[in-house]
Amino acid sequence: MSHHKQTFVTKYIFSTDHKMIAKQYLITGIIMGVIGGFMSMLFRLQLAYPEQHFTILEAFLGKGGEGGQMTPDMYMGLVTIHGTIMVFFVLTAGLSGTFSNLLIPLQIGARDMASGFLNMISYWLFFLSSVIMVASIFVHTGMASAGWTIYPPLSALPQAMSGSGLGMDLWLISMAIFIAASLLGSLNYIVTILNLRTKGMKMTRLPLTIWAFLITAIIGLVSFPVLLSAALLLIFDRSFGTSFYLSDIFIQGEVLHYHGGSPILFEHLFWFLGHPEVYIILLPALGITSEVISTNARKPIFGYRAMIGSMMAIAFLSTIVWGHHMFVTGMNPFLGSVFTFTTLLIAIPSAVKAFNYITTLWKGNIQFNVAMLFSIGMVSVFISGGLTGLILGDSALDINVHDTLFVVAHFHLVMGVSSLLGMFAGVYHWFPKMFGRMMNKKLGYIHFWLTIIAAYGVFFPMHFTGLAGLPRRYFSNTAFPLFDDLAPINVVITWFALLGGFAQLIFLGNFFISAFYGRIAIKNPWRANTLEWTAPVEHIHGNWHGDIPEVHRWAYDYSKVDENGNAYEQDFAPQDMPIRAGEEEF
Amino acid sequence: MKALFIVLIFASIAIGFWQLAKIFGTTKNDQVATKKENNINGWMMLFLLAFVHGLLIYCMVAYGDVLLPNLSASTEGEGIDLLFKVTFGLILFVQFFTQILIFFFAFKYRGNIDRKATFYADSHKLEMIWTSIPAIVLTILVGFGIYTWDNVMDVSNQKDPIYIELYAKQFQWEARYAGTDNTLGEANVRNIKGINTMGVDMNDKNAQDDITVLHEMHLPKGRKVIFQYRSQDVLHSAYMPHFRAQMNCVPGMKTYFGFTPSVTTKEMRKNQDIIDKVQGINKIRAQKSKELEAQGEDSLEPYTFDYLLLCNKICGSSHYNMQMKIVVEEEADFNKWLSQQKTLASKIN
Repeated sequence: MSHHKQTFVTKYIFSTDHKMIAKQYLITGIIMGVIGGFMSMLFRLQLAYPEQHFTILEAFLGKGGEGGQMTPDMYMGLVTIHGTIMVFFVLTAGLSGTFSNLLIPLQIGARDMASGFLNMISYWLFFLSSVIMVASIFVHTGMASAGWTIYPPLSALPQAMSGSGLGMDLWLISMAIFIAASLLGSLNYIVTILNLRTKGMKMTRLPLTIWAFLITAIIGLVSFPVLLSAALLLIFDRSFGTSFYLSDIFIQGEVLHYHGGSPILFEHLFWFLGHPEVYIILLPALGITSEVISTNARKPIFGYRAMIGSMMAIAFLSTIVWGHHMFVTGMNPFLGSVFTFTTLLIAIPSAVKAFNYITTLWKGNIQFNVAMLFSIGMVSVFISGGLTGLILGDSALDINVHDTLFVVAHFHLVMGVSSLLGMFAGVYHWFPKMFGRMMNKKLGYIHFWLTIIAAYGVFFPMHFTGLAGLPRRYFSNTAFPLFDDLAPINVVITWFALLGGFAQLIFLGNFFISAFYGRIAIKNPWRANTLEWTAPVEHIHGNWHGDIPEVHRWAYDYSKVDENGNAYEQDFAPQDMPIRAGEEEF
Repeated sequence: MKALFIVLIFASIAIGFWQLAKIFGTTKNDQVATKKENNINGWMMLFLLAFVHGLLIYCMVAYGDVLLPNLSASTEGEGIDLLFKVTFGLILFVQFFTQILIFFFAFKYRGNIDRKATFYADSHKLEMIWTSIPAIVLTILVGFGIYTWDNVMDVSNQKDPIYIELYAKQFQWEARYAGTDNTLGEANVRNIKGINTMGVDMNDKNAQDDITVLHEMHLPKGRKVIFQYRSQDVLHSAYMPHFRAQMNCVPGMKTYFGFTPSVTTKEMRKNQDIIDKVQGINKIRAQKSKELEAQGEDSLEPYTFDYLLLCNKICGSSHYNMQMKIVVEEEADFNKWLSQQKTLASKIN
């Protein structure tokens, strides 16, 4: 490896080093997370106390919070941008971008990504799209506010709501750039994993994190271009007068010229990405959880091959279930039956994964560091949230809970909270690898316990407001006396949400202070097997001094016994450790 | 004074950071987890188990009254309710079972320096068990679900249905009854003019006897009602939760959904679930009224139960207040009400 002279710009800004790019993704993701999370605090205040005046609303929302009360348009804008930021900017780019970049070269034994230059372009496109998305919040006519699913005609016609003006244009441009960034990243991940594995690193010896990143990248590559085409056609309809999604519209006293299009087409295109997107978010979190649970239970992950198989099954099925978001759109009822069938099938590989995690805990020697707590919390929340999918995925039952708060509670638990917990597990686990320092453990414990309690406290009661028939995206439910008795539940939810928000402040403090002042990390603080812990603590270009280590075993030889059933002295065997005399490779 | 205050705040924050930084730099807590930490967090796992299940049970008990009534107001809804109960029962069972396993194992096998973990990496038998049991259960659930779905969604070959069009626009519902010929006249937004707000084609002979109403829609008990949905501007969704009915209204397209109302508004008001819910609501409203009166404002009227049609697809600023009252009555009363309504043709002339 030749060492170029590095200036501040090439080292910290336009860096092509995967470790630096990973940190850039993480920090950008955290900043976007703060914005998106803070928005949810504001609209939770509105939902719990629709009649009260809060100076904080006026201070932050200006015209949209005049006199301390939120306007309906502002509310719609906040939920829209909250959803967009959380789904795409935090849980797609922030999670997958950070850990794919950090771990792929380090865990497969490569000097860097296949193309460091593309990797840099990918991050900076993501950064550009983040800037545009944040800028769109401040436009005069209001941010995009047709919901994160931006269904036309609402999103297509500025006459329909003021947020569908410039705010929507910026939203679409931002997403188009975001998709380009995501595709460049995915291509790089796939090529790197397939081509740059070190000697001995067979596919069947890859850690589950890498399998998860590989499968995620493949789904992203298959489905993101479809969203791009959906967005482009919407731009055409909005700006060039085409009728892909629009037909027979009479609004504000005039008939528009659009003829022959269908909003259902947009829904198909959107959800063809939209559903796989759930797994683009979830699989990396599941991969991280597998790694952390196995390491800290000091046991091999149970059913390594079944875990890979079920991830592949989930990935395949995820591309043929999009119609379950559209049961009541007027789609042919026969299609509803087909999508019910394919959707409920996903429960099988999900159940396999859940039971494999549980069995991994069984008879372990569980080390409760912070990452482990977040991983166990992730599995718990994944099950709690996933189970209600049996209701929503069943077309007949979806009729009455579709678009209610039941849906909101379901997907926040199963993909929002569980991926976020997975992401936190990853941050706590690989912080020493990223920053060469340790995070404070006590603050980490407090962060976990407040977060998990707040998460359940917010989303369990929310299911019940949905079962009471309360639609989502209602700025206030005071227009219906029928929902008056839901007011106390909304107050409970909001207080738990505020608790959850507060807990994240602890994390932020811990993260940034530890990055500069934390205790210097040792090389392998968690006594883990994967290759990244054989690399030196300080970041060097090319990852390893001298040769790249050679791999002799899979990543999960924890607490292994020899042929006579005796335990080895050290309860872990790193992947680069040759098979010992009398030891059988698993 | 204010400036001094701000400077002091920033100074104290800075000192706080400096102190914290010192702690961060010196605390020796980078072993994986100490014995004490394993013990505390292990026990906390049991607490979390109690919290998760306790919260679920609390929600089910405390919020039982606010839910939709157990009694479906349509015949087709009964099938949906049965399927819901079966599925929900299954969910509760699996939820309790798996969460107990997770947190109990986490507690029981909390780290201990004297013990070694068991190397147990695979078992085909176990994998078979938890692949095949969910597969069998889901096969049943899918079959049951598709059977219910087909029953609800099939609107062909109905005996003597009545046809009603629901028309959505920002932010109002209108309804159109098919009249004596029981056939809805053609319509398109390009025909909208003056009082003909739904764009009905008045040259169509089927449209001559069509009756349009605002604000309140009546339905006959015991007769299949087939709804045709249209929208004039953006997507809306016609949600009638008590009837377990929902369908989107799509501009440029007609969509259909049908159900048979089986409980009149009067009967529903006597249902115990509804009585409990109305009582709960009126308690809250009475309290709010007191507060309003104290501020010199009008008090709230007590709430009486009515069926409702809500918009359930984001459609703009007033999405949260796009509603229509539904009255279900005996067929004779329904016919009498309908005969008192004016046809669109007579309104136009």
